[in-house]
Amino acid sequence: MIFLFATPMSFGFGNFLLPLLLGTRDMAFPRLNAFTYWVFTFAGVILFSSLLFGRAPNGGWFAYVPLTGPKYQPGINMDVYSLGLLFLGVSTTSGSINFIATSLKLRAPGMTLNRVPIFVWALVVTAFLLIFALPPLNTANAMLFLDRRFGTRFFQPDAGGDVVLWQHLFWLFGHPDVYIIVLPALGIVSAIIPTFSRRPIMAYPLLVLAMVAVGIISFGVWVHHMFAVGLPQLSLTFFSAASMIVTIPSGIQMFAWVGTMLMGRVVLGVPMMWAMGFLVVFVIGGVTGVMFGIVPFDQQVTDSYFVVAHFHYVLFGGAVFPVIGGVFYWWPKTTGRLTGVRGGQWSFWLVFAGFNLTFFPMHISGLLGMPRRVYTYPGGLDWDLWNLLSSLGAYLLLAGLLVTLGTFAHSLWKGAQAPPDPWGGETLEWATASPPRPYNFPVIPTVHSVHPLWDQGSLDSFAEGARFKDRVLAEGHELLVTSELDAEPEVALEMPEHTPVPFFTAVSLFLAVLGLLLGVYVLAVAAGVVAVLVIGRWLWPRWSRREAGHAPGEKARETAERDAAAEQEAEKEKTEKGAGA
Amino acid sequence: MAGLWWLMFGISLFVTAVIVVLVLWAATRRRRPGVRARMDTGQRYVTITGIILPAIVLVLVYVISLPTLRAIGDPKDPDQLTIDLLGHQWWWEVSYPGSGVVTANEIHMPTGRTVHLRLRTADVNHSFWAPQLNVKTDLVAGRTNHLWLRTDRPGVYRGQRAEYCGLQHARMAFHVVAQPPAEFAAWLTGQARPAPAPPGGLAAQGLRVLESGSCASCHAVRGTTANGRIGPDLTHLASRRYLAAGTVPNTRGYLGGWISNSQTIKPGNRMPPQPLGSEQLQALIAYLETLR
Amino acid sequence: MTATGEWVPIRPVGPAPPHGKPPSGRTPAWWGMVLFITTEATIFACLLGSYFYIRFSTAGPWPPGGIKDPELSKPLIMTVLLLSSSGPMVWADLAVRRGRTAQLRAGLAFTLALGAAFLGLQATEYATKLGEFVWSTNVYGSLFYVITGFHGLHVIVGLVMLVFVTIAALAGKLGSRHHERVRLVAFYWHFVDAVWITILFTIYLSPHL
Repeated sequence: MIFLFATPMSFGFGNFLLPLLLGTRDMAFPRLNAFTYWVFTFAGVILFSSLLFGRAPNGGWFAYVPLTGPKYQPGINMDVYSLGLLFLGVSTTSGSINFIATSLKLRAPGMTLNRVPIFVWALVVTAFLLIFALPPLNTANAMLFLDRRFGTRFFQPDAGGDVVLWQHLFWLFGHPDVYIIVLPALGIVSAIIPTFSRRPIMAYPLLVLAMVAVGIISFGVWVHHMFAVGLPQLSLTFFSAASMIVTIPSGIQMFAWVGTMLMGRVVLGVPMMWAMGFLVVFVIGGVTGVMFGIVPFDQQVTDSYFVVAHFHYVLFGGAVFPVIGGVFYWWPKTTGRLTGVRGGQWSFWLVFAGFNLTFFPMHISGLLGMPRRVYTYPGGLDWDLWNLLSSLGAYLLLAGLLVTLGTFAHSLWKGAQAPPDPWGGETLEWATASPPRPYNFPVIPTVHSVHPLWDQGSLDSFAEGARFKDRVLAEGHELLVTSELDAEPEVALEMPEHTPVPFFTAVSLFLAVLGLLLGVYVLAVAAGVVAVLVIGRWLWPRWSRREAGHAPGEKARETAERDAAAEQEAEKEKTEKGAGA
Repeated sequence: MAGLWWLMFGISLFVTAVIVVLVLWAATRRRRPGVRARMDTGQRYVTITGIILPAIVLVLVYVISLPTLRAIGDPKDPDQLTIDLLGHQWWWEVSYPGSGVVTANEIHMPTGRTVHLRLRTADVNHSFWAPQLNVKTDLVAGRTNHLWLRTDRPGVYRGQRAEYCGLQHARMAFHVVAQPPAEFAAWLTGQARPAPAPPGGLAAQGLRVLESGSCASCHAVRGTTANGRIGPDLTHLASRRYLAAGTVPNTRGYLGGWISNSQTIKPGNRMPPQPLGSEQLQALIAYLETLR
Repeated sequence: MTATGEWVPIRPVGPAPPHGKPPSGRTPAWWGMVLFITTEATIFACLLGSYFYIRFSTAGPWPPGGIKDPELSKPLIMTVLLLSSSGPMVWADLAVRRGRTAQLRAGLAFTLALGAAFLGLQATEYATKLGEFVWSTNVYGSLFYVITGFHGLHVIVGLVMLVFVTIAALAGKLGSRHHERVRLVAFYWHFVDAVWITILFTIYLSPHL
């Protein structure tokens, strides 16, 4: 749930939306993107197929040693966990690099840093979090694998190892991971709310700052998952304070959203209902989160059902509600079909009711002393009623999710054709066809504000841009590279052609991991060598089509000068027009 | 502790209510067609409601929580009773240093006196949690952790381990029995004595089964030749309230069932089924019941 | 043209850059390599952090278990070899941007030779160490071999990259307009060098302090 759904789900949204939101044609590294996808698939195959063979990881998601060490978990189960996650990490890391490079270099001209959509900011901060948070997890998993397979002693106290080291490394990843999961979802909310409040998001700079701050602070609070481990009290007070500070950025976002709604005119579309459901649920998850920052309270309720309730309010309420809302929001853009309003409303209310009925009682059973991760408990401890309610809620939740799926299926089957901009959205993706053509935009626009579809200048730039060679980029697969801060055009790049090379790279790595997992080290080494050769083929220098035909240099500069002259003329024209108006 | 909880609860309730009311109001109010959305950035409003107010509340809660944090630490009380707790997969070994008392899954403590628990584990990580008495503290492999308990109300408090520790994590409870000091002292003296000699007959036969069978290789009964250290100490088994770490009550029926095939009661536990004849089983139970 | 081979620049946009230089500004690939190095550096930080964490939570002598403090002479020679290999790499990078292919090839060859010499010395270092302790002796052994081994792996990866650009250079695929691969490989190589300094300090020097 965490590793293969919640963490990578932002990558699905990001891959489709990032180029659209930035006003470009593709990700910075399309072939790396394909590689990312295949590695993710194969890592998923490894982790999930272990269920079929009865070899699924069995140490919980945080896999504390020594329970997961060679002594207490013989067998291949925990190797599936450590190697599977290492392999998955390859995918996540390359995906993150791709997101950051795309957001820095491929933004439409004029999209300076203070005009970047909040959702893009969220994805970039998430990608940075992954760049820094995955290494501790990977280090810990590599150590675990070496301990289990090759007899190293990292986590074995009798040989000087330390089991708490695992906990530090794991939570150094694990807490930022909470924000890795939630930030993209908050970005989705920040995309939905302005559209349905009919006004731009409130306090844009504060929101962006809040996201960046949350990313940074999230690396300083991991110890609040370990308050019961027996660490010195002084360090507990420090991490307690840090854990309280981390809620302030969330407060900023919460009030910015509510304020945007209050000052705007709320239109109750289906995506907006999900966003509002999110606000209510997330604030409950937030206030219980503050409680966990208080050390004595944390020590009382950690590892109890209270914590189960808390993180479902944060992760289900904070991530799944916005994600479903986001799917409703961008569904017409992705599929070209509208969804039924009635179905959408039913799905929201069923899920909202089912969710609260499932998870709210867990607060109470947790306070009554019910520990988490138990498959049974004796009667007569006052937990029965709350667990019964939770079970009923789970069925209701399931019904709601089925209705949601049904709504989407119905839309695909007989939904009405979607116009390019069904909601009156503010960002660039609504300026192009639904579903978008493979090149996204026939003309690369110039962006004049944070809500380009609501300002005439940006809208006009689609027509204006058609006059410039570097905006139309019609001479093949091309796109425009701009500068990092001010998005000034720098160079036009030719996109690579279709190639199976990323797939083969992923396959050879998959075989290498399988070799390691099953102990067939010859296969692992051979597949590793093949992977190196395939990557060599991948990276072999290419000459662009045009370059192969004629020497560039002079001619390119001529073209550039011509374009520059045309652009200056257009600027002049616009200022004149502006002065006239 | 309770005061802290109600303070946080009140603040939480208030914050949640404010957000819910604002969201509902924004969504449902009717605006005249002529009213346009206000376009200012609202930076000042967000600064006040999103930064300044929360910061004040958070600092307040944090400062109020600090004395509670200190209170759960070492009370520096010279008159402490030390108890050693050793976690196993999936039961608790309880010993009272200096008295020779070793028991399992039942922690007796005097009321009105600070008890210092030294927590260690024999295998994987566990966590000690008696919800009504004190906060959680983990039992971490290779380390010793400390926890201080104190209660003035006699009674039996149920507790459970709370860190996932494998298959039978769910069935690893314990009971804390708080007794008035005199009663506790009497209990401790009783527990320190070796097992009484069987009165004869069936029970004596049962002791022979225990000593000659496989029981003795894992369990200890002080005063007999049974001195295994793998399973719980059985010297005063009959005085305990529950079997198998709070799984089933300690009655004749459950005891017999547990001995013949404990795997049906608590699958995966370390005790193999005992292929005893019914006569031997009856004798063994008769002997175990004398271990008060 | 980029290290990940994704995009081929076809023409500069906007006003022509002065003095006929190629357009300024970093490419997506530049960012790709920098971010990749960042995440790699974080892995090394975690490994070294684990070393210090275990060291400072260990009571008694360090290294534990009667293992002697590491010898310094060989690691210092290795350091000199690896650090000096950055020089020809810089030289090769400058060469390719000016289109001097012979200089490029020479620079790459020098770097390769120095890197290989480093690995050779590390192999002899391992040969002596393995006689004293192995990775399963105790946690110190695990830390020593995994940290130095992980760095050695990076040297190997760096050498493979160098071989790759050398082949490309020999095949005439690199020139003044196609030089970014060399620069990005140089980045990686300098990173491998820099990490070695931190390892030298942690593994070899810090036990003497």
